[in-house]
Amino acid sequence: MSKIRSAFANGKAFIAFITCGDPDLETTGAAVRAAVENGADLIELGIPFSDPTAEGPVIQAANERALAGGVTTDKIFAFVKELRRDVSVPLVFMTYANVVFSYGAERFLGTCREIGVDGIILPDLPYEEKDEFLPACRKYGVDLISLIAPTSAQRIATIASEAEGFLYIVSSLGVTGTRSEIKTDLASIVKVVRENTEIPCAIGFGISTPEQAKKMSELADGVIVGSAIVKFMAKYGKEAPKYVGEYVRSMKEAMK
Amino acid sequence: MTNRNGRFGIHGGQYIPETLMNAVIELEEAYNHYKDDPDFNRELTALFNDYAGRPSRLYYAEKMTKDLGGAKIYLKREDLNHTGAHKINNVLGQALLAKKMGKTRLIAETGAGQHGVATATAAALMGMECVVFMGEEDTVRQALNVYRMRLLGATVIPVRSGTGTLKDAVSEAMREWTSRIEDTHYCLGSVMGPHPFPTIVRDFQAVISKEIKAQILEKEGRLPDAVVACVGGGSNAIGSFYHFIGDAGVRLIGCEAAGRGIDTFETAATVNTGRVGIFHGMKSYFCQDEYGQIAPVYSISAGLDYPGIGPEHAYLHDVGRAEYVPVTDEEAVRAFEYTAKTEGIIPAIESAHAVAHAMKIAPSMGKDQVIVITISGRGDKDCAAIARYRGEDIHE
Repeated sequence: MSKIRSAFANGKAFIAFITCGDPDLETTGAAVRAAVENGADLIELGIPFSDPTAEGPVIQAANERALAGGVTTDKIFAFVKELRRDVSVPLVFMTYANVVFSYGAERFLGTCREIGVDGIILPDLPYEEKDEFLPACRKYGVDLISLIAPTSAQRIATIASEAEGFLYIVSSLGVTGTRSEIKTDLASIVKVVRENTEIPCAIGFGISTPEQAKKMSELADGVIVGSAIVKFMAKYGKEAPKYVGEYVRSMKEAMK
Repeated sequence: MTNRNGRFGIHGGQYIPETLMNAVIELEEAYNHYKDDPDFNRELTALFNDYAGRPSRLYYAEKMTKDLGGAKIYLKREDLNHTGAHKINNVLGQALLAKKMGKTRLIAETGAGQHGVATATAAALMGMECVVFMGEEDTVRQALNVYRMRLLGATVIPVRSGTGTLKDAVSEAMREWTSRIEDTHYCLGSVMGPHPFPTIVRDFQAVISKEIKAQILEKEGRLPDAVVACVGGGSNAIGSFYHFIGDAGVRLIGCEAAGRGIDTFETAATVNTGRVGIFHGMKSYFCQDEYGQIAPVYSISAGLDYPGIGPEHAYLHDVGRAEYVPVTDEEAVRAFEYTAKTEGIIPAIESAHAVAHAMKIAPSMGKDQVIVITISGRGDKDCAAIARYRGEDIHE
């Protein structure tokens, strides 16, 4: 069984997204540890990409800061290897197809296994194209996480039935970023997901407040928060981990 | 030539967010329905002929031919189309298709502004709302086209993210499409992006080579020896090549923007300096660093200032059916000035890249041989930039 499953073993899962190298890898490490100490069950580590087409302004800016700081895929691999000495929650990479393709799928996913990364999320790799990386993912035991969107409709059943790790349910149309209101009929989406898979599902995109976290965790098995955490990195830089920790604690509290 | 999910060899595909998948599937179904529909084609042909001014002329450039002293040179005059470029062919097709699909709003990216102007034009004609994304740097470089788009009723949104050029305009248009799909069609301007765009745009642009073939057979009684066109994303080039792909005797030559040279970082010559990658919905050649970060590219031509190339071109390169050659800023500017002085035709700086290469190969070809150069657009928009390149500051 996938290690990712363990993130959903203690009540509703809180999944935190952090862009590696924003503003530097040392701060990323401190932020990850602060999130885990305060209850994060799974960490999504963003490998920055020059042109992140699924991201809103907040995470775009984080990608730019990280790349400007000189972070690379190799530096991130070394960083995660180090992180794994004391961080035991499941870790997944979130990046774009070209980052993996350019590195070489075999080499990238082989390294994921070696350093202890459990899954990978590629927002520009839909169901139709997953064979690009699936063979290498299978070979090295790295879960290729599938996404479901508000527009997925009849595709939900197909995607869910072949999903691995956990299912990432995109809460709303558009790109990542905080939203004051989420209008999608997520209950209906989750229902179809449940009919087609045993694996857990988590809702992401637009979630920032404890109230939203509570509401979403009642619908699904977990919530994913990115932009709201990245905003702390933008605002406080090296001092951000403290704020990230407090924030994660408040979100996890609300989901109990 | 396309197979499952729009592959051209290994290239193409649909590397886009799940949110957009049903939109591109719906587009493909609609396109497959309408492409052979007699009513749709009658309407589109009427728009091409009566509104855009097709067929465009195939002009024998006698003075250029004599001056270069080799192959006979013909110019395919896409610059004479309504809105001044080949872009209108694709836009009229997509706008009509979008309208049939019940969409009421068109969004588009633009580099030099030609595709944005064409989209704004079609939207005005068909009573649709129009929003154009344009890199902030390009809105400054091409201020006149920004005004034209606004005059036509479009909203122009300057894109500040990334390098503030064409690639960022594409990214922003894709982001906008994920947030509003129901009533909106993304009118992509080149043979790029996720399937079915490379196929749809190619089919609407293929009118160029269809006309060239008939016109050259009438004028010369034979096929050309070479067809030369500039390539950014590659829509006028694929349009110019398409009906000749099966004619092995016709050399197909795409001219990439080398900027300050392919041995510098200031270049946009994708096939000559890039490698295979996945970006903007497709697998193809891209200018990128060793970790797959998309490289900032440069060309004097805003329309060729793009780090990728359409997947069908990538395939034609792989199988050796088409050649992709680099042309520098300096060579393009010289060809721009040469065409103006020799033939009284001011080509777009993009098209001047094709003229520049033809000037290199024509002298060594026989007098009985024939080159067709596609003049993809008119050069009025470029006059200020070329003057600046030559050290003269003019105000429009």
